[in-house]
Amino acid sequence: MDRLIDLERVGVSLGGLPVLRGVDLSIGPGESLGVTGPNGVGKTTLLRVLATLLAPDAGSGSVLGAALGTPDVYEVRSQIGFLQHRPSVIPELTLAENLRHAATLVGAKAAKAETALRVVGLDDAASRRADASSFGMLRRTEVARLLITAPRILLLDEPFSGLDVEAQELIRALVYRTTSDGGAVVMVSHESGQLSSHTQRLLPMALGSLDQQS
Amino acid sequence: MSFWSQTLEIARVDLTVERRLGDTMRIVLPFAVVAILVFPLTLGVDLTAVSRLGPAVFWAIGILFGMQIALRQAAHDDQERRDLYALLGVDPAARFAGRTISGAVLMAGFLAVLLVAMIVFYGPRLPDGWPGPVVLSSILVAVGLTELGTLAGEVTAGLHNRTALASLIVAPLALPLVIGSSQTLEALARDAGILPWVLVLVATDLALAVAGVGLARPLEEASR
Repeated sequence: MDRLIDLERVGVSLGGLPVLRGVDLSIGPGESLGVTGPNGVGKTTLLRVLATLLAPDAGSGSVLGAALGTPDVYEVRSQIGFLQHRPSVIPELTLAENLRHAATLVGAKAAKAETALRVVGLDDAASRRADASSFGMLRRTEVARLLITAPRILLLDEPFSGLDVEAQELIRALVYRTTSDGGAVVMVSHESGQLSSHTQRLLPMALGSLDQQS
Repeated sequence: MSFWSQTLEIARVDLTVERRLGDTMRIVLPFAVVAILVFPLTLGVDLTAVSRLGPAVFWAIGILFGMQIALRQAAHDDQERRDLYALLGVDPAARFAGRTISGAVLMAGFLAVLLVAMIVFYGPRLPDGWPGPVVLSSILVAVGLTELGTLAGEVTAGLHNRTALASLIVAPLALPLVIGSSQTLEALARDAGILPWVLVLVATDLALAVAGVGLARPLEEASR
């Protein structure tokens, strides 16, 4: 596959307001892209489109060869890892149970969950319930989940906010692993400083458009 | 991962969450038992009337409070969790089936406790051979009401005030379940055949299962 992500003049409106306007984007295997811009310019919406969770209203595009807005995307979703701004865990389960649940649903062995917990340094907190865990712990749990699912496309929304240096290092390792395995990474943040040191390309975003000249 | 493995995993985790939250057993069930206990007080000391009304009160309170159990998923289901399941490759139909299984197990347990409470408090004169038909209709009502609640939760996903909206969907559509369950016992008391009423319940359950599984994917996509 030549391009893992390909968007042509993609537009998205939410509640009648245009959020993305004519976005063109191509990302190949082994590439990482950072998108930076102030709050409200459409960075998260762009990630949701790339995660196939939001279909474009205008333009066309494909992710992992599946045309956006068609049933083909159901087949590729499990190869996409998305670290959202709010951690997605089941609050009433422990951190270990959350990971075992994910491992079971993707058909991986439960032992993989224990290994991932160790890798992210949560083995001592494995039996702690998610609703009694800190933001940093939940982020690490999500990183552990991405280690289990090993996605080909990694989408990270404000991945470094609220994390200590050690946890930031884990994200950096995850990005490196994904690109060296031939996958693609897109991360967005309103701070360009950290993105530029973690990605090969950095594009500013303003009012729903990517500045391709940068 | 197969459809049924995903279904059973979702049901297992759902029951674990319910055990920790205790929504059904610690909140809904005690209030339903109190409602069953309080109702005869409104009839005064007419024990014959209390005894006669017992089964009807059981079904009325069972279905009204059962709606709370059927709709409990809607209260906990947020966009992040839906996205998570989608990106883990979970079939929305498996999610529907898993939640129906866990909800039906809870609802069946709830109705069993409520039935015992009704028998103790009302002392009804139940027709001979009542346990089989009552257990059967309770299970069919539990399955149907949970399917309806899960489906209503999916239809209203992403909307404001979804719990209230879902209740408005469930209440009228639960009518075949109300009629089928109450008439099963009534037919038994009249020594008439219960088969037509059992078939009403089975047909309702099947129709809801087909709708739930068939619509799971379109509803999931429409909720975004």
